[in-house]
Amino acid sequence: MSKALQVAALENGTVIDHIPPEQLFKVVSLLRLQYLNNRITIGNNLGSRKMGSKGIIKISDKFFEEDEINRIALVAPKVKLNIIRNYEVIEKKRVTLPDVLTGIVKCNNPKCITNNEPMKTKFDVIDKDRVILQCKYCEIKTDKEEIILSKGK
Amino acid sequence: MKPRSLVNIEDYDKEDILRIIETTEKFKKNPNRSLLKGKVCATLFFEPSTRTRLSFETAINRLEGRIVGFSDTATSSATKGESLRDTIMMVSNYTDLIIMRHHLEGSARYASEISHVPIINAGDGSNQHPTQTMLDIFSIYETQQTLENLTITIVGDLKYGRAVHSLIEGLSHFKPTFNFVAPDELKIPKKHKLFCDKKSIKYREFTNFSPEAINEADILYMTRVQRERFTDLMEYEKVKNIYVLRNDMLADSRENLKVLHPLPRVKEISPDVDDNPKAYYFEQARNGVYTRQAVICDLIGIDVES
Repeated sequence: MSKALQVAALENGTVIDHIPPEQLFKVVSLLRLQYLNNRITIGNNLGSRKMGSKGIIKISDKFFEEDEINRIALVAPKVKLNIIRNYEVIEKKRVTLPDVLTGIVKCNNPKCITNNEPMKTKFDVIDKDRVILQCKYCEIKTDKEEIILSKGK
Repeated sequence: MKPRSLVNIEDYDKEDILRIIETTEKFKKNPNRSLLKGKVCATLFFEPSTRTRLSFETAINRLEGRIVGFSDTATSSATKGESLRDTIMMVSNYTDLIIMRHHLEGSARYASEISHVPIINAGDGSNQHPTQTMLDIFSIYETQQTLENLTITIVGDLKYGRAVHSLIEGLSHFKPTFNFVAPDELKIPKKHKLFCDKKSIKYREFTNFSPEAINEADILYMTRVQRERFTDLMEYEKVKNIYVLRNDMLADSRENLKVLHPLPRVKEISPDVDDNPKAYYFEQARNGVYTRQAVICDLIGIDVES
């Protein structure tokens, strides 16, 4: 079983490791993996010496743009990324929140224009460590615990 | 390139504020100039506001500009379900400047991203109303002949009052000292205190409208304590008369003290204050026209000679 999960099993692509199990499907949704045609392996509640249990996602032939992959820092700031080429890990990375989040998070203010017009939300990340966002439009702040991801493709 | 807009008082830095004050002074001396001849300005009031709209329209009329627009959504295509985006696209094709008030927060910022003419935010829900702040700051400058190192006592609803929050931001460039006087339920929110801390601005908080807070102030900025803001009406009954300014309370105040209020006033300033030369709120409202003339010309890029 553990052999089947070897990172090296991927020829080319991205492995997202050490995902907290309860955040795994949020990571799937943030990266819009449901719309990809690439070969994807998802494992959850796997044993982990460090975390107790963890989730892992392996995506073949997919290399994310920084901005795209960094989104997942919203829900899983401690994940590890392995970039694989020819069965070898050529790069290990961590994720950091980008300065601006566009179209990812919903504004919690019902009177905000973004909840009343067909438009994308935009948030400034004003505190990357504590994950505090500020809506570019209505200027209301959203704490980590209050973050709701926006729906739609 | 996107034109410059005024959506939030933070769009103005210290130099911008001083430049607008200088231009406002010129308009106060002579408000009737044909600087907007040949220009068309839109006043889009998705939410009614007589005072603000009349002030903007007076400003434009005195500059001989023309006005198109609407004063409530009943007469706009928003009732037909048109998006704000489409309305702004259309109007920015017709006009040289858009002044808008909207009940949704962030609407003016969004409009400024779409429009290819400048947007002036005349109020977006409870968020921002930057020309109110500019006229407040102008009135402070005019009465004190400086903005630096002043002591400003702000009284009333410091929790929800948008004029108060913007005033703190606007004055933050000028080393002010604030006295915040409010009942517990309407205390200044923590984020504004953190803002003051970050900018090394001194402040004190009072729950009583104490003589100390009045007597050491250069400016006494009064706001309305509204009944509907209280979750506990007993609490409202307890405090409603505490934050009322009466003329005798100004007896030991500084010579240079002026009393400001964003209006409309209800009971928080007793009518006997009106005749005191320290009462400045009606003159402050008049300054709204000159300030808006200055902001409009500045955004369109019109030089104003003295």
